[in-house]
Amino acid sequence: MRNYPNSLPRPKGELAKLEAIWAPPRGFKLLTAVNNTYIGLFYIGTALLFFVLAGILALLMRLQLAVPANDLIDQGTYNQFFTMHGTVMMFLFAVPVVEAIGVLLLPQMLAARDLPFPRLSAYAFWAYFIGGLFFFSSLFFDLAPDGGWFMYPPLTSSRYSPAENADFWLVGIGFIEISAIAGAIEIIVGILRTRAPGMSLDKMPVFAWSMLVFAGMIVFAFPAVILATFLLELERAFHWPFFIPEMGGDPLLWQHLFWFFGHPEVYIIFLPAAGMVSMIVPTMTGVPLAGYRLIVVALVATGFFSFGLWVHHMFATGIPELSLAFFSAAGMAVAIPSGIQVFAWIATFAKGRLRLTVPSLFILGFFAIFVIGGLTGVMVAMVPFNWQVHDSYFIVAHLHYVLFGGMVFPVFAAIYYWVPAVSARALSERLGRWAFALMFTGFNIAFFPMHIAGLMGMPRRVYTYAEGLGWEWYNLISTVGAFVLAAGILVCLVDLVLNFRFAVSGTAGNIWKAGTLDWLPNGMYGTRSIPIITSREPLWDDPELAGDVQKGRYYLPGASTGGRETLVTSPVDAVPQYLLQVPGQSWRSFLAAVFTAAFFLLLTVKLVTLALVCGVLALAMIIAWMWQTDPGENHPPVSIGGGIKLPVYVTGKISHSWWAVVILLLVAASMFVALLFSYLYIWTVSPQVWPIAEGQPMPELLWPIGSAAAFIASSAAIAYSGVMLTKARVWPLRLTLLFSCVALATALALEFHGQWDSGLRPTASSYGALVYTFFTVEAQLAVAALIMCIYTVARSVAGMLTPVRRATYDNTMLFWHYTVGQGLMSLLIVHGFPRIAE
Amino acid sequence: METQHSVLHPGGTDAETIAILSWIMFGGATAIFFGVAGLTLLAYVGGETMRRRIASGKFIFWGGVIFPLVTVTALLVYGLMLTGARVIASSGTALRIQVSGEQWWWRVRYPASGEAAEAVTANEMRIPVGREVEIELSSPDVIHSFWVPSLAGKVDMIPGMVNRIRLRAARPGVYRGQCAEYCGGPHAMMAFYVVALEPAQYEDWLDRQRQPAASPPLQKAGEGVFFSSGCNACHTIRGTRATGMIGPDLTHVGGRLSLAAATLPNTADAFSHWIRDNQFIKPNNRMPPFGILSNGELAALGAYLESLQ
Repeated sequence: MRNYPNSLPRPKGELAKLEAIWAPPRGFKLLTAVNNTYIGLFYIGTALLFFVLAGILALLMRLQLAVPANDLIDQGTYNQFFTMHGTVMMFLFAVPVVEAIGVLLLPQMLAARDLPFPRLSAYAFWAYFIGGLFFFSSLFFDLAPDGGWFMYPPLTSSRYSPAENADFWLVGIGFIEISAIAGAIEIIVGILRTRAPGMSLDKMPVFAWSMLVFAGMIVFAFPAVILATFLLELERAFHWPFFIPEMGGDPLLWQHLFWFFGHPEVYIIFLPAAGMVSMIVPTMTGVPLAGYRLIVVALVATGFFSFGLWVHHMFATGIPELSLAFFSAAGMAVAIPSGIQVFAWIATFAKGRLRLTVPSLFILGFFAIFVIGGLTGVMVAMVPFNWQVHDSYFIVAHLHYVLFGGMVFPVFAAIYYWVPAVSARALSERLGRWAFALMFTGFNIAFFPMHIAGLMGMPRRVYTYAEGLGWEWYNLISTVGAFVLAAGILVCLVDLVLNFRFAVSGTAGNIWKAGTLDWLPNGMYGTRSIPIITSREPLWDDPELAGDVQKGRYYLPGASTGGRETLVTSPVDAVPQYLLQVPGQSWRSFLAAVFTAAFFLLLTVKLVTLALVCGVLALAMIIAWMWQTDPGENHPPVSIGGGIKLPVYVTGKISHSWWAVVILLLVAASMFVALLFSYLYIWTVSPQVWPIAEGQPMPELLWPIGSAAAFIASSAAIAYSGVMLTKARVWPLRLTLLFSCVALATALALEFHGQWDSGLRPTASSYGALVYTFFTVEAQLAVAALIMCIYTVARSVAGMLTPVRRATYDNTMLFWHYTVGQGLMSLLIVHGFPRIAE
Repeated sequence: METQHSVLHPGGTDAETIAILSWIMFGGATAIFFGVAGLTLLAYVGGETMRRRIASGKFIFWGGVIFPLVTVTALLVYGLMLTGARVIASSGTALRIQVSGEQWWWRVRYPASGEAAEAVTANEMRIPVGREVEIELSSPDVIHSFWVPSLAGKVDMIPGMVNRIRLRAARPGVYRGQCAEYCGGPHAMMAFYVVALEPAQYEDWLDRQRQPAASPPLQKAGEGVFFSSGCNACHTIRGTRATGMIGPDLTHVGGRLSLAAATLPNTADAFSHWIRDNQFIKPNNRMPPFGILSNGELAALGAYLESLQ
C-alpha cells in the first residue's frame, strides 16, 4: 500500500479552480499569453516559417546555379540571397527551433507547470517574431545584408559596404541575441530548479541534459558575437577603427570573435537535436537508453570542447604552425563524444526492437546523414586538406550534412513524435513516410555532388560559374535534388495542415507508449499533481502513475495560493524548496517586446529620434512588468501534500530570480572577457598605436584612482543600504541608495574626463577605440544599474521593500557589485597595462 | 583551352601530397560509414548473441571511444607531419613573386633583379616547372584568397598582412585558380591562370615581360584612342606615358591567356566588347563602361591592345 502525498477523494471544485486559473486568453488577447505551451507552439511555428522562407531563397539560388552563366538572378540579389539564407537559417531558424521545442516540452518533461519566467519567454518570442519578420522583409527593399552570413570586415566596413544593408544585419540581429540569452536563462533555471521531486540529475531525461548544455553554451558563446557586432557597428557608424589595418585594427579580430561564437553555435544547434534522438530511440525500441551516463558525459564534453575549436575556420589565414596543430587536434577530438552517442544509440537498437515508425525513419536518416557529415568534418579538421577545401563547395556540402542531418532530421522526427502530445490527432504515417523518402533522397541528391564540385575547384558564394570547368552536371543534379527535398518538406507541411489540431486535454496521447513524463496526461496547468520520481522512465516503471497523477494523489493537486504555481526543487537531488508563484497573461511583456524590436529596427534605418522614443517606451513597459514581481510573503506557507509545507516567497541565493541575475552576470562577464581578448590581441598585432610607443600621454593617474574610489564608494554604499534595509531604517536606506547612484555616475564621469582630457579619441586608432569601448560597455552596465537602483528606491517609497520582501534589493545589489567589479577591472587594464607593457 | 583546376588532378607537389591524403581519407570514411551502417543493421536484424554483444557497455566504449580515438590520432599525426613539412622556413632559392588581390582582379609583380627591371602583369602568373616559387600575398582592400587547386591549398590575402604561399609545379600546363574568399560584387568572376613552363621558355617569357611596350607601337591609331579616352589614368603601359595604377598593367596584355580575370578569351573583339560592355559582363567591377566610343574606336583599341604582346 503506497503512501501518496495526498489522499482521495480530492475536494470538490479543486480541479475546476486549477483549470480556471490556468485558462488561456482568447481571441485578440492571445497576444498576452505567456504559458509555455502557447509560447512554445508560437515559437516553433515561427521558426518553421523562417525555415521555409530561407529554403525558398535556397531554391532560387539553386535555380540560378543550375546552368553556367545563368542570368535568372542578378549578382547583387544573389549576394543578398546567400547572406540571408545563411543568416535566417542560423539565427532565425536553427537556434530558435531547438529552443522552442525546449520551451514547449521541458516543463512537461520535468512535471513543472510552466517555465520559471513565462513573461520573459513571451518577451523573447515576440521580439524575435517582429524583429525577424522585419529583418527578412529587408529583401524586398534591396536592403538585405550581402556580406555573407559571417560578414567579414573589411568588406563589411563602411568603406566597402557603405549602404545600410550591413547595418540591418548588425543591429537587426540584436533582438535575436536578446531572445537567445533570455531563453538560456529560462532554461537553466527551469532545468536546475523546477524538476519534479525525486528527479535527481541522474534521472533527468537526456533532452533536459542537452538543453542544459545548450543554454550554458549560449551564455558563454553569444557574448562574443554580441561584442563583435557592437564593435563593427561602432566602426561603421562612428568610425572607431577596430578592423581597419591602417589605423591599428585587424580584420582577423572579427574572425576570432565571430568564430569563438560560431563554432559553439553549431553545437548549440546540434546538441538539443541529439537530446531529442536520445528520447525517441528508447521509446521506439521499447528499452531504456543504453549508456545514459556515457551520453550525458558526451553531451557535456562536446559543450566544453566546442569552445576550443574556433580557429579551424581560419586555417588559411596564415596563423602559426602551433595554432594549426592545436586546433586541428581539438577539431578531431570533438568527434569522439559524437562517436559515443552514435554507438550508444546503436547499442539501444540492439537491446530492444526498433519499430519503424515515421519518427524512427527520420532518426535513421539522421544517422546516415550526420555520420557522413561527421566523417567529412574529421577530414576538414586535417589542415592540408582544409587548405584545399575551405571556402569551396565541399564545405557547403559538409555543413549541410551536419546541420541538416544533425538537426533538421531529428527536428522532423520530433515533430512526428511529439505532435500527439499537443494535438487531438497524430500526424499521418503514410504522409510521413512520403515526406521522409523525399527528404532523404532529395537531400543526398542535392548535397552529395557538392563534395565533388568543391574538389573540382568550385568556390562558395559564387552567383555564377564559367562553362567548361566540368561543374555543370554536378550543379544541375544538386538543383534537382533541392526540389525533391523541398517536395518532401511540403508533404510534411501538408500533413500538419491536414492533421494538426491543437489540443491540451483531448490530445492523441501516448500512442508510442513512451516512458517519460512529457507523456503524462495534462491540461494547461501541466499535470494535475506533481509526481515523485524514482526512475528514468517513470511511466514504464509505474503503470499506475498516469492515473494517480490525474486523480491528484501527488503534490500540489490544486492552486493553493489562488494563482498559478509550480514547485521549486534543489538543483541536484530535486528536494522541494518553495512554491514559485508563476505569472499569467500580460500585455506588458508583449508591448515591451514590440517597442524593443522597434528600437532596434528604427536604429537600423537611422530614424534615431523615433528609435529612442521606442527605447524609452520599451523601458517603461519593462519597469511596469517588473513592478508586478517580488510580491513578498503574500500568502502563508502552503501544504503541498506528504506533510511538506513550503514558503511561497524566498530571497537570497536560493531564489530563482537570484539565479537569473547570476546567469545574466555570467553573460556580461563573458562579453567583458571577449573585450579583454580584443584589447590584448590588437596589442599583439599593433603595438605601435599604444600610448608608450606613440609617445602619447596617458591620463594622469589621479583620474583612474578617483574613478576607482568612486566605484568602491558606490559598492560600499549599496552594502550599507542592505544593512539599513535589514534594520528597516527607511530613509537611510533610500538616501544611501541614491548616494550609490551618484558615486557610480561620478566614477564613470571621472574615467571619461581623464581620457578625453588626455587628448585620446576613439576615432584616432584601434587603441583609442578599445579604450572608449571599455568605457562604453561599463557605461551600459552602469545605466542599467542606475535604473535598477532608482527603481529600488521607488519600491521602498511605495512600501514594497521591507526586511522580508527584499528580492528587488538583492538583485540590484548583486548586479551593482558586478558592475563595480567590472569597472575596477577596466580601470586596471586600461590604465595599468600600457604602463607595464613594453 | 584545357586547364587543370581540380584537387584530385594535381599538377604541383603540394597538391599531390594532399591528393594522396584525400584518397586515403575518402577510402577510410567510406569504410567507416559502411561499418557503422552494417552495425546498425545488425543491431536491428542480427541474432540474439550478436545483438547482446552490441547492446553492451563494452561495445559503446570500444566503438565510440577507443576506435575514434585511435583513428583520429593516427590521422592527426599524419596530418601534422604534412603540415609541418609545408610550413618550413622559406628556402633562399625560391623564385619570388608578389600578388595583390584587389576587387576583383590580381596584380602580379615579378620584382626587379640585379639589372633586370621589374615585370608587372595581371591575372596571370607564369612559373618554371620543378622550381620552388614563393608568392607574397597581400590586399589593399578586402580579404581575398589565392587558390590554385591543382597546385596547392589556398592562402588568404588579408589587408594589413603579407602571407606567403609556396608552389612547385611538377608538370607543364595551365592551372586555373579562383578567388576563394567572398569579396563582394563579382567575386564569382575573379579567377586567374598559373602557367607552368619549361625553365627556358619561362626565362624567355620573363625577359619579355620585363621589357617596356614596343615603341613605336604597331597600332598607332589604337594608341591614340587609348590616350584620348583617358585610359592612362587607370592603366600603365610601360614605355609610354600611361602610368595609372588603379587598374591592371597592360604592357603585355595581348600575350595573356585571358581577359578580365579569366572571364573572357583574349581576342581583339573581346577587348572591344569588354571596354564597352564590361558592366554587363562583370557587373559592378571598377572599370566604367565606355559606351561613348564608336565602333571604329573600339576596334582600333582592341587591335592596339592585342598587339601589346
